[in-house]
Amino acid sequence: MASEPTYSEAYQSGIREEMNNNPKIFIMGTDLQERGGHFAQVKGIAQEFGGERVRDTPISEAAMVAAGVGAAMYGMRPVVDLNFMDFALGAMDEIINQAAHIRYMFNGSVPLIIRATSGIAQAGAHHNNSFESFFAHTPGLSVAVPATPWDVKGLLKTALRADDPVIFMMHKKLTGLRGPIGGPEDLVPFGKARVAREGADATLVTYGYTLIPAMKAAETLAAEGKQVEILDLRTLFPMDMDAVIEAVKRTGRMVVVDEAPLFASITAEIAATASEAAFDSLKGPIVRVGAQRAPLSADPGMVEATIPSIADIEAALRKVLSY
Amino acid sequence: MGTREEMLAMLRMMMMIRNFEETADKLTLRGKVSGGMHNSSGQEAVAVGVMSALAPDDVIATTHRSHHHTLAKGFSAREVMAELMTKATGVSKGRGASMHLGDVARGHFGGNGIVGAGMGIGMGAALGIKLAGDKKVAVGFVGDGGMNTGRTWEAVNMAAIWKLPLIVVVDNNQYAVETFIERVTAGGDLPKRASGFGLPASTIDGQNVLEVKDAVAKARDFALAGNGPTFLNAVTYRYYGHNVGEKGQYRTLEEIEDWRTNRDPIDQLAARLFADGLLDQATFDEMTASVEAEIKDAVEFAENSPHPDPADVMLNVDSGKLRG
Repeated sequence: MASEPTYSEAYQSGIREEMNNNPKIFIMGTDLQERGGHFAQVKGIAQEFGGERVRDTPISEAAMVAAGVGAAMYGMRPVVDLNFMDFALGAMDEIINQAAHIRYMFNGSVPLIIRATSGIAQAGAHHNNSFESFFAHTPGLSVAVPATPWDVKGLLKTALRADDPVIFMMHKKLTGLRGPIGGPEDLVPFGKARVAREGADATLVTYGYTLIPAMKAAETLAAEGKQVEILDLRTLFPMDMDAVIEAVKRTGRMVVVDEAPLFASITAEIAATASEAAFDSLKGPIVRVGAQRAPLSADPGMVEATIPSIADIEAALRKVLSY
Repeated sequence: MGTREEMLAMLRMMMMIRNFEETADKLTLRGKVSGGMHNSSGQEAVAVGVMSALAPDDVIATTHRSHHHTLAKGFSAREVMAELMTKATGVSKGRGASMHLGDVARGHFGGNGIVGAGMGIGMGAALGIKLAGDKKVAVGFVGDGGMNTGRTWEAVNMAAIWKLPLIVVVDNNQYAVETFIERVTAGGDLPKRASGFGLPASTIDGQNVLEVKDAVAKARDFALAGNGPTFLNAVTYRYYGHNVGEKGQYRTLEEIEDWRTNRDPIDQLAARLFADGLLDQATFDEMTASVEAEIKDAVEFAENSPHPDPADVMLNVDSGKLRG
């Protein structure tokens, strides 16, 4: 299936179509024009739309996001590309205090997308933070975490046609993943989970790259005669809790997995809310799987020891299936 | 300089801001203003000089001390006073109070609780103006305290490399809360620091409204001609504490008295207009009375206005478009 576009090419396709439709959309970030971004996410876009609409910036995260906030308030539709989500820390005031809170007070909207590559891969503690729960926790922000090329393009289009600040997190290890993408009007809504795998014996809820080890774990269980349903959340705020609760009521067994530190995580939110809403349907406690609460080492062996393995996910599934 | 009418309008606006601030200060001490307020008395000429040089649809973004900017921008004393009391009729519908006055639709991109952040938003507005091809400018206000936060200089650099139509106005009252700027500012000379970014930068007398207006008018023309940003360090002084009721030991009563007596922006303009025969006592008394009536009316309006409805807590957290 080499003819299908990659996850990064899906982003290029979405941004290109929307920039053609809406002259107010522009992109700014470091290394975008020649290099096409650190993940080739905007490769060729500057050549097509010019340097005014694909702007190379200095390494000034606070100014990049402030520029996006002010331009969005003025009526433009900026996409600030931070390359790595870890670099958002240099602009946290601009994201949290400014972008997220302006609509509430100042009679205006901030249609700003902050795109960055996220998730656990290589190169140590400064490029491998998991900030999903930070952002989802902040009133005013929406958070997209696409796991497929289709969802990259469809969620991006939805975000570019809405009026809110959106944190758009693309996983490093999905950069080269190939798959089908939609056409110009195939939008993917926020707040609607996708059934990535059907199954009646237990439900696994996840998002982003973790979908891949989760699918492998489900295949192992299938070989043992147990069918695991997998929900891909696609966005973390808004979050499709209706789909999660409905699944608990249906299967009565739930595992929630991601690769962020387990403490105070998205998985905690899901488990707590689902337990409150559907306690009587549960055959036993919801089991969460996540990372240890340690900075990420640069050593591959230590990385594996920090984040969940396929075996960890299988063990969690076996536990809920034992109820 | 401007016409007699323009100068009388500037004088009246400064008088109105002064009366507003001193009235609001007393109301705050009586517990009428939730969360305190930052009094701009003494700094009127910076706000009025800047706004007098701008077109009505130019954009501003400002700081935690922004009543004077907001009133000078054309917001009524009623709606600013109501906002201080967190009333639904206020500038920000009662959600912002003293530090968060703003209305994007009217070109006011907000006061700000974070030092330096408003100037960055002003820079972004200037980028929006440039990309939209509009003939406008944005003014980013920042205090002397904001001269030592990194985000300020990131924004100045970005404005300079992109030649954005931005005017950076340092509303420099010389004290970052209680820290005298010279104690914490290496190199000392702010325009020298700014000019390292390759943009015109100068210090102006922030007590002289006409000088402020002229400098901003030049900066505006410079920006509209496509030449990019200007940095103006307007040196001024605040008569009151950082927040209401604060009486620190960080400056002398003699220093405050000297600025009030010898360098007051309202006194200076009034004296000049009297001397030039553009103002007589009867007109001045009329202006004083009309300002008093305006602020009295604003207080009544604010006190009689309702607070926001608590049922609306979730209104406008986001647009709702992404929540289906």
